[in-house]
Amino acid sequence: MTTVPAIEQPATERSAAVPTAAGRPRRRSHSRRAGTPYAFLAPAIVLFVAFLGAPIVYAAYLSLRKVKVSGLGLGSGSRTEIWAGLSNYARSLTDPEFLPSVGRIGAYGLIVVPVMLGLALLFALLLDAGRTKVGGFTRTAIFLPYAVPAVVASLLWGFLYLPRVSPINDVLEGIGVGSPNLLGSSWILYAVANIAVWGGTGFNMIVLYTALKAIPQDMYEAARLDGATEIQIAWRIKIPIIAPSMVMTFVFSLIATLQVFAEPMTLRPLSNTISSTWTPLMKVYRDAFTRDDIYSAAATSVIIALATFALSFGFLKLVGSRAFRQED
Amino acid sequence: MAVLVKKRSSTATILLLLGALYCLAPVLWVLVAASKSSTELFSTFTFAPSTHLFDNIADLSNYRDGLYWRWMANTALYAGVGALASTFVSAMAGFALAKFQFPGKSVVFNMVLAGVLVPGVILAIPQYLLLAKVGMTNSYWSVLLPSIISPYGIYLARIFAAAAIPNEVLEASRVDGAGDWRTFVTVVLPMMRSGLVTVFLFQFVAVWNNFMLPYIMLGNDKLFPITVGLSGLLNQGAQQPSMYTSVVTGALLSIVPLIALFLALQRYWQVDLASGAVKG
Repeated sequence: MTTVPAIEQPATERSAAVPTAAGRPRRRSHSRRAGTPYAFLAPAIVLFVAFLGAPIVYAAYLSLRKVKVSGLGLGSGSRTEIWAGLSNYARSLTDPEFLPSVGRIGAYGLIVVPVMLGLALLFALLLDAGRTKVGGFTRTAIFLPYAVPAVVASLLWGFLYLPRVSPINDVLEGIGVGSPNLLGSSWILYAVANIAVWGGTGFNMIVLYTALKAIPQDMYEAARLDGATEIQIAWRIKIPIIAPSMVMTFVFSLIATLQVFAEPMTLRPLSNTISSTWTPLMKVYRDAFTRDDIYSAAATSVIIALATFALSFGFLKLVGSRAFRQED
Repeated sequence: MAVLVKKRSSTATILLLLGALYCLAPVLWVLVAASKSSTELFSTFTFAPSTHLFDNIADLSNYRDGLYWRWMANTALYAGVGALASTFVSAMAGFALAKFQFPGKSVVFNMVLAGVLVPGVILAIPQYLLLAKVGMTNSYWSVLLPSIISPYGIYLARIFAAAAIPNEVLEASRVDGAGDWRTFVTVVLPMMRSGLVTVFLFQFVAVWNNFMLPYIMLGNDKLFPITVGLSGLLNQGAQQPSMYTSVVTGALLSIVPLIALFLALQRYWQVDLASGAVKG
């Protein structure tokens, strides 16, 4: 699959201009073969087409198909696949369980993304200000959950939510709030959101912290001399400069939100309030594997993929971001 | 000259310590809980340790002739081989996109960007349907091959190649008579090394953490990675609560290798997503 393309073939064509540093005379006597970049790209293109391109096309095709049962539906010839138009999409969008799952994911995103990115930015700024002795330790500690797979994180938190195990309940009882069932219907959304916040804050903090470290110190030495407080410096200088990184963390968080699957699936054995269609991706799973309705599953997959793309791309357009630019 | 000694801020210290406590608490809990017997797990104080850690590890190891360790080995295979192959494929593609001009370049680059914005997990079910057509599901390949293509890895590798490799070096290598492939292996890869470690780590963690793809692709539990295996164990625990100690012990053991890897390679995580440059 990933065999190395042969490159050392006799030169037949000269490649297009090779970029060189400005002002230097170009040596083109040993110019590269025109096929070279394609040879380097070949394994990536083959895999891209096979595992990203083809599944999208196949899903789009399936989403327009359905099975027609003739006669009693017995025998191999009685079930034939025919064109279905947009009926699978109509079925998907009007499914009584689809919109609630979209609403749930929307509410979940509205909790997770601001809380997670807010905490990540706060911790990154606190670390960058360097006014504490515990910077090294806390940075590692807060980043650590990134090393814990979502399934394991859900498992750990799932146990910590169980009333018989939970220290959270001990605390809440202690302050007289009573003992809520964290895995019950009124808390489950927050319970799942907390797992995502726990798992994602550290990674985003590191991204923002790295961006802050790249700012030359003299950019705010002057402000400091003028008596600006750290908060003013953070608000007026640091945050505007790292805005591109914040855009990136937002887009990646948005994508992660739309595909939430592992956390609620793992919590299901511990909570009876998580239905099999709790998130859109879980509904796709149920349709494809429990109901054997791959046509409807394909239609919902296409809808989710388009929605993800539209949201992340639309956001990048909206903020006029130069993230993901092609420099050359 | 004004004195610019930074004042220590106790507010900053307290906030950071609270954040660290929040992030460490579940990890500390699993460390403690893995030492409890199955009755203690639900009766003693949450953070009170006990003495049954090695019994629990033995129980877990005996579960269906060491199936747990097979899951660990599978995970190491999926993540290790998958990430290594992915890094190599990404490096080649990133190098081509950064250092060559050729017809179709912007089409390829835009496809990569589209791939970054539509993540693979959403494609897991279409991938399954397609692989089922060719009879490849329920095999190592069905998890390994989709893990090799990483649009984000290609995107990062392109930035690293553009930043780390001066054109003069490529020219010099060519003047010396080295072919493009030789130049790539002996000159380009070493110069991109620290960036490629980051690409590798990203993909390693992504595959190690992946749940949906193997969950869908695999029916044979001997092929499971640790995430799918543990999720299955937890399901059994719902009927058979004594399994819960094995689940907790398994969760603890599963995060040890990754945490060790993180601590060892911490400096490679200084990644600037917006510019892609590795600092430090």
